Amino acid sequence: MPAVSKGDGMRGLAVFISDIRNCKSKEAEIKRINKELANIRSKFKGDKALDGYSKKKYICKLLFIFLLGHDIDFGHMEAVNLLSSNKYTEKQIGYLFISVLVNSNSDLIRLINNGIKNDLSSRNPTFMNLALHCIANVGSREMAEAFASEVPRILVAGDTVDSVKQSAALCLLRLNRTSPDLVPMGEWTARVVHLLNDQHLGVVTAATSLITTLALKSPDDFKTSVSLAIARLSRIVTSASIDLQDYTYYFVAAPWLSVKLLRLLQCYPPPEDAALRSRLTECLETILNKAQEPPKSKKVQHSNAKNAVLFEAIALIIHHDSEPTLLVRACNQLGQFLQHRETNLRYLALESMCTLASSEFSHEAVKTHMETVINALKTERDVSVRQRAVDLLYAMCDRSNAKQIVAEMLSYLETADYSIREEIVLKVAILAEKYAVDYTWYVDTILNLIRIAGDYVSEEVWYRVIQIVINRDDVQGYAAKTVFEALQAPACHENLVKVGGYILGEFGNLIAGDSRSSPLVQFNLLHSKFHLCSVPTRALLLSAYIKFINLFPEIKATIQDVLRSDSQLRNADVELQQRAVEYLRLSCIASTDILATVLEEMPPFPERESSILAKLKRKKGRGNLPDIDEARKNVNVNGNGNSEPSDKIEATNKSSPPLVADLLPTNRPRPVSSSTFMFSPGSTVSSPSFTDLLNLNSTPSAGNTLLVDVFSDNSTFSATEVSEENFARFICKNNGVIYENQLLQIGLKSEYRQNLGRMYVFYGNKTSTQFLNFSTSVTSTDILRTQLNIHAKTVDPVIEGGAQVQQILNIECLSGFTDTPVLNVQFRYGGMMQNISLKLPVMLNKFFQPTEMSSQDFFQRWKQLGAPQQEVQKIFKSKHPMDAEVTKAKIIGFGVALLEGVDPNQENFVGAGVIHTKSIQVGCLLRLEPNVQAQMYRLTLRTSKDSVSQRLCDLLSEQF
Amino acid sequence: MMRFMLLFSRQGKLRLQKWYTATAERDKKKMVRELMQIVLARKPKMCSFLEWRDLKIVYKRYASLYFCCAIEEQDNELITLEVIHRFVELLDKYFGSVCELDIIFNFEKAYFILDEFLMGGEIQDTSKKSVLKAIEQSDLLQEDCKESHTKIFAL
Repeated sequence: MPAVSKGDGMRGLAVFISDIRNCKSKEAEIKRINKELANIRSKFKGDKALDGYSKKKYICKLLFIFLLGHDIDFGHMEAVNLLSSNKYTEKQIGYLFISVLVNSNSDLIRLINNGIKNDLSSRNPTFMNLALHCIANVGSREMAEAFASEVPRILVAGDTVDSVKQSAALCLLRLNRTSPDLVPMGEWTARVVHLLNDQHLGVVTAATSLITTLALKSPDDFKTSVSLAIARLSRIVTSASIDLQDYTYYFVAAPWLSVKLLRLLQCYPPPEDAALRSRLTECLETILNKAQEPPKSKKVQHSNAKNAVLFEAIALIIHHDSEPTLLVRACNQLGQFLQHRETNLRYLALESMCTLASSEFSHEAVKTHMETVINALKTERDVSVRQRAVDLLYAMCDRSNAKQIVAEMLSYLETADYSIREEIVLKVAILAEKYAVDYTWYVDTILNLIRIAGDYVSEEVWYRVIQIVINRDDVQGYAAKTVFEALQAPACHENLVKVGGYILGEFGNLIAGDSRSSPLVQFNLLHSKFHLCSVPTRALLLSAYIKFINLFPEIKATIQDVLRSDSQLRNADVELQQRAVEYLRLSCIASTDILATVLEEMPPFPERESSILAKLKRKKGRGNLPDIDEARKNVNVNGNGNSEPSDKIEATNKSSPPLVADLLPTNRPRPVSSSTFMFSPGSTVSSPSFTDLLNLNSTPSAGNTLLVDVFSDNSTFSATEVSEENFARFICKNNGVIYENQLLQIGLKSEYRQNLGRMYVFYGNKTSTQFLNFSTSVTSTDILRTQLNIHAKTVDPVIEGGAQVQQILNIECLSGFTDTPVLNVQFRYGGMMQNISLKLPVMLNKFFQPTEMSSQDFFQRWKQLGAPQQEVQKIFKSKHPMDAEVTKAKIIGFGVALLEGVDPNQENFVGAGVIHTKSIQVGCLLRLEPNVQAQMYRLTLRTSKDSVSQRLCDLLSEQF
Repeated sequence: MMRFMLLFSRQGKLRLQKWYTATAERDKKKMVRELMQIVLARKPKMCSFLEWRDLKIVYKRYASLYFCCAIEEQDNELITLEVIHRFVELLDKYFGSVCELDIIFNFEKAYFILDEFLMGGEIQDTSKKSVLKAIEQSDLLQEDCKESHTKIFAL
């Protein structure tokens, strides 16, 4: 055996390292390093060619400096030179330096690849190994490109020695991970599988890693590995502990290889072949049996190696999830570990049992260990173990033990580490909701959560309790009473104030009969918390107050006094101020009936998947969160003796749906389906409300739509009738609501530039239910299609209740046009297909570019366009009051430049612009002469194209 | 697969680092600092495994040195603990009751031994004999070189 100093031929390096170690301060160390760097640099730059030994020594020093954490910006070239050295030791240091310091984008990579290529073809196993190690260590794309075909060849070549085969297998594995596209499958794949039969266990170990990775990516290509792996595993587990010589580790036969083989088998389902299957079951049983045998050694290495294999076997049993006896045995084995004196084993047992809990076969068996797990929660000294215990309790929870588990988690929460509190809160909230039969218990649990760990109760959790209370009549009175009592505490968490404010505002009347919770008492209680709360909570409380005015007219004056106070009406926060002003005003002017309508009780919330669950999933990642749902029912239905009768399950399931899964994705609890006064903080600020879908000002009401429909000339009332009632409004403007009915609102925003336009169409779902099969199309007449291109981007087929989606239409004007494209909207709502068609406000004047010109130019051009067909004139009665400013705005909105001081008569309006189409541009002059006495207008248009003149005249004359 | 292995002292000095996936220097430094802090703060009787980011950390203390491995979700913790132990055994056998100083002064040897044992984050050979034979062979080669080297100087 070589002694320590053996092979260490570099005295200079040792001296340098001791120097560094002797440095008393960081400054001294840096000084010493800089001195050394200067020395090495001068040696590398010097005239005298360095011998290999010196090069090696300096490279090694640079490496040492780098590993101390300092930057190295030279020496790479010298290291690459070492690769071509014939001396192993120099080559080795060169490779080490490259492995540690060279990143993939280095321009030296070609030189390095050259060195590697030489060594790979050297047929010297030691050199080949160095080269393969280097490829695996750097693993860059350039290397993959250069060697991806060479490495498999080396791996399966008949004359490759074992150690090189091992390196080649793992090198290929690395390349496959970094650049899978560059490693082609080929005839070598079949031969790789047969490496599982190799004589040399080292080769088998390396090959198993490679095959596992490849099998994950293309299972079909490596199917044959299953039988080979089972055969190999079987030979290992049945061998006597000394059979495998050096591959026996502390009396355990080839533990690493066993673990890897078991891992490989987890890439596949249980084998279909019966013989193979029973052979595997035998293996797994043998492994489980061995766990019961007395240890062959007291060393921890023995038990670790043995249990590593055992845990991997259990992982495979869980993965197959098909052998009930094995699953139960696995569970019992883990149960033993739960009380083992080794912390590591307790940790792993808890972790492994978590996945076992989700199997229908072993769920009941896992539940028998509940007391032990609860005990672990209380007594474990290591937080990571306690965390595992929480996870397991969560996974094993079902209706039968929910109350106990939730109670234990709540009591643990009081002392839990801060790092895991939020997660526990989420878990408690989910379990309490999921397994609540009695909703008073649910309400109590959540209020307890807020009391114990208020800071860790996220918005999702308290929104959720409100939604549930709103949706369930039977719990509202209890909830009001409970929050009222909880609010009595001198110091209560702000989240409790929020929940309390909301619930009392809705259901305070249910407890107002009791003089101890009379309206005034309730109000004073809430208001006593007001000044201690943050702005959003205060906003919520103000809404609760206005709700109180409706619920309890007798305290209206008191509340008005509060709203009227300077601290509210003149609050520096705009949201609070606005609420105070609006609520005060509302309470003063609205009659009782109106108040009662506006402030009506909230309608039920739509049912959605719980966002608490979503949040927990985000926190934990997928693998860690076993679905606590499925399987259970199976077990119960299968009737495991003591389980509930299945019809009762059905019944409880039926009663719980509103709770099993739902929560708004929006960030505020509020139903979207009604016109009821929105009772949520910040509603005017942050969430879209349907009265102001696009932040546009025009909002035609649904009633209006109906009237127009009834009185329109067209007498057929089919659903597909083309709506054009709002069309004219868009002639002089680009944005607004074009269509609205009880279900849907369609808004537009458009912008035009020369002959191109882009229109954003917003579809707002006004209901609380999804629109399904939502689709739209834009149709044009045949003529129009040659004049106007409209390309509509696709739109999502589902619009969630209360959501709005946007669609973009790209528009190109090819030539002048008069027809109008039609937008067809189709969707399924409540089982009925709905069809809506409307004229899309794309008209010729949208492609106007305004033209400024002087009076002289204007009249000169006016005369030039004097041909009779070029002029169109229309005299019409005004439909609106004749206001000069409004008229000006309309003309500008029409798209032309409004030319001031051109017409000698100041009352007249004159405009000029150019219509841009792809084929031609059409200049346009217009003049509008109002006659106020007669309430008449005369509109004159002159353009170079008669059809354009006519169309523009038709469009514009509608506007006045 | 193993993502990386770190060796550091009780005092928080990094003695060896091996990364099996491409990682930017800056991130490496950050991760090392963070992990050292977590591991050094743990008490002796605590369990050897912890969840960190999306990885599992397996660590063990030998005298003044902490050996710390980061493995992936589906990897086996206990066998990783024995990977560490086998590596320690290899160092011990090679240096003859290894101590921290051996690793400081012969860091390149420590890297060579680790490379013979683990490659691309997977175990290459678990036989102590095979690994040490590979190292010995290279030492023999080194010896030859040294001789020829001295000879060159003698000339």
